[in-house]
Amino acid sequence: MQDIYDKLTEILQDVFDDDEIVASPELAAADVDGWDSLAHVRFILAIERGFGVKFSAAEASAFANVGELANGIAAKRSA
Amino acid sequence: MSEDILKDLSWLPRAPDDFRKQRRALSDKAGPIGQDLRFLATHQLSDSQLTQLAQSIADLRSAGADLSPLVPFRLGLVGNGTLDLLAPLLVASAVRHGIALEVVQTEYGQLMQEAMSPQSGINSGKCDAVLLALDYRALPGIGSPTSVNDALAFIGALREGFRQNGGAISIVQTFAPPAEALFGHIDRVLDASPRGALDRINTELARSVAASDDALLDVAAIAELVGLANWHSPQQWNLAKLPFDAAYAPFYADHVARLIAAIKGKSRRVLILDLDNTVWGGVIGDDGLEGIRIAQGDAVGEAFLAVQANALALRARGVVLAVSSKNTDSVARGPFREHPEMLLREDHIAVFQANWSDKATNIKSIANELSLGLDAMVFLDDNPMERDLVRRMLPQVAVPELPADPALYVRTLMAAGYFETIAFSEEDRKRADFYQDNAKRVALQASAGDLDSYLASLNMEIFFAPFDAMGRKRIAQLISKSNQFNLTTRRYTEADVAELEEDPDVFTLQVRLTDAFGDNGMISVIVCRPHGDDAWEIDTWLMSCRVLKRRVEQMVLRELVEAARRHGKKRLVGVYIPTDRNALVVEHYAELGFTQVATDATDGRTVWELDTATEVPEAPMTVHRAAQRAEAEAAQ
Repeated sequence: MQDIYDKLTEILQDVFDDDEIVASPELAAADVDGWDSLAHVRFILAIERGFGVKFSAAEASAFANVGELANGIAAKRSA
Repeated sequence: MSEDILKDLSWLPRAPDDFRKQRRALSDKAGPIGQDLRFLATHQLSDSQLTQLAQSIADLRSAGADLSPLVPFRLGLVGNGTLDLLAPLLVASAVRHGIALEVVQTEYGQLMQEAMSPQSGINSGKCDAVLLALDYRALPGIGSPTSVNDALAFIGALREGFRQNGGAISIVQTFAPPAEALFGHIDRVLDASPRGALDRINTELARSVAASDDALLDVAAIAELVGLANWHSPQQWNLAKLPFDAAYAPFYADHVARLIAAIKGKSRRVLILDLDNTVWGGVIGDDGLEGIRIAQGDAVGEAFLAVQANALALRARGVVLAVSSKNTDSVARGPFREHPEMLLREDHIAVFQANWSDKATNIKSIANELSLGLDAMVFLDDNPMERDLVRRMLPQVAVPELPADPALYVRTLMAAGYFETIAFSEEDRKRADFYQDNAKRVALQASAGDLDSYLASLNMEIFFAPFDAMGRKRIAQLISKSNQFNLTTRRYTEADVAELEEDPDVFTLQVRLTDAFGDNGMISVIVCRPHGDDAWEIDTWLMSCRVLKRRVEQMVLRELVEAARRHGKKRLVGVYIPTDRNALVVEHYAELGFTQVATDATDGRTVWELDTATEVPEAPMTVHRAAQRAEAEAAQ
């Protein structure tokens, strides 16, 4: 699980152009500057590419925080 | 695997690990920053990195930074999907091609209103061009009996609207058909299927764009290259109305950027080839004529033959070939002269540099010999160290990364699109010969001693004619492409040129030159407009740099002065408007004997005058006039 969080940190820093962001389970859109709907699309696309997974539209809009997202990635990777 | 060549822009070097740090450091730099931006943009950048770079450019702009030598361009962006993610990618990719792009966007779904209303955001946005980023979902009823004509009428109305109401040309996209067949294989011939209808729409669109001065972005071809099933992502359309899979956005953006660069006349013109392990397999100095691999039937040899065949195909469309090789000259020329399997021969190569100097020095001397800028050069070399050296020493030169397997050299080079062009004329076809002849002239000049006897030995013949329909395309092309020998850098479209032909108050000249080495084609264009009652102002004076230092400008002035006198004009007024490209002609009017009468402190322009009673001396060339009599009659 830690490797997922490390990679998520990398992607978050890249997408939001901020070296300070660290992925934690509680982190949510409201906590990050510039995380609007458009940035969310960029973030989801970057995750799909970075982890080699695909989300349906329903899944992509359902994550409430990074913890749920990390669990979603873990589930897809073990499937 | 080779789809990755496209998706990853693999002809570009990998992004530096400290990309974000380098990008941030840009804001601390003083002076013009365009070259640094371009260097950073010329890497394999992810969409995030491109977005960040675009943000930096926006920040630099609002801080008033000098983005030169990037050329400004304003692009209207309209379409039927979400384009907000794309806009910053276009800005950053344009930098890679020497363009400082500003994107003007519109409300989602307001296409026709944007085109039709002169007050719309796009039409009031002073756009140079509008990109019609439409995909098949913008064409309702596709497959219905009238859908082909409806679609063509719809796009025609958009193009006409932006032209009439905003003065912008359109960049028109072809349509990638959906990945799903409706009937099956017979879709190809059925207008009732999306594929059949879109095929016809694409053909008609391409034809109509070619007959206008709009430009074509062949998205159908881009999608074909990467595969339709890859290109269209139903998930991403549903998620955010992305018109195609975002994984291809950097590739698409690079295509838009190279097309804009071509519109601005910034395509590259010269392919400089390394020899050992680039044009043939092996090292000629070690392996000898029998040892190098270029034979048909040898898998390795055929890969290199493909590089040669591709170079020849480029040459046939006007790209100039040159050689830069670390070798002894006679050894390097051996295969060109004696190897039976070689496709390239010495007379295909305009400048042949085989020596032991570093490649940056050699490339500079190739540029000098051809009288072309370094930003017109592409350098193909299998050796990563040489590539890196040239990129660092001469960042203006394009240097594609090459994969380990020579079988993929051609695909990689061609995927980069360095030689993108928006039109192709007979003159283009001959261009490689022009430059080759010019290189011979430089060689002759070196041996001919003083300039006058050299010029006399050229047997130059100069042809003057007013603008006419026959020359229109080439005149418009010169007006849009000439940057260096261009006094005012005013751009006119083909339609503008047609108007100038008809305008009785305007005096125009197209100038051709032939010499002992061949036909140089049209080399100079002049437009004069009335300036008060007794003078002409030289609105446009440009010349091809191929014929520099040949006293052509002196003969053109002689022609101008005589024409001005015939029209009863007492003075010629010349204006020089400085750009970052035309320092070459800062002394143009001074050298021709004009007197400076004004300087504008804001844009640095200088204004010059010449009394038409001045006798301009003749230069060593024979003069021909196409329509002297017609013009004399008109003047009476």
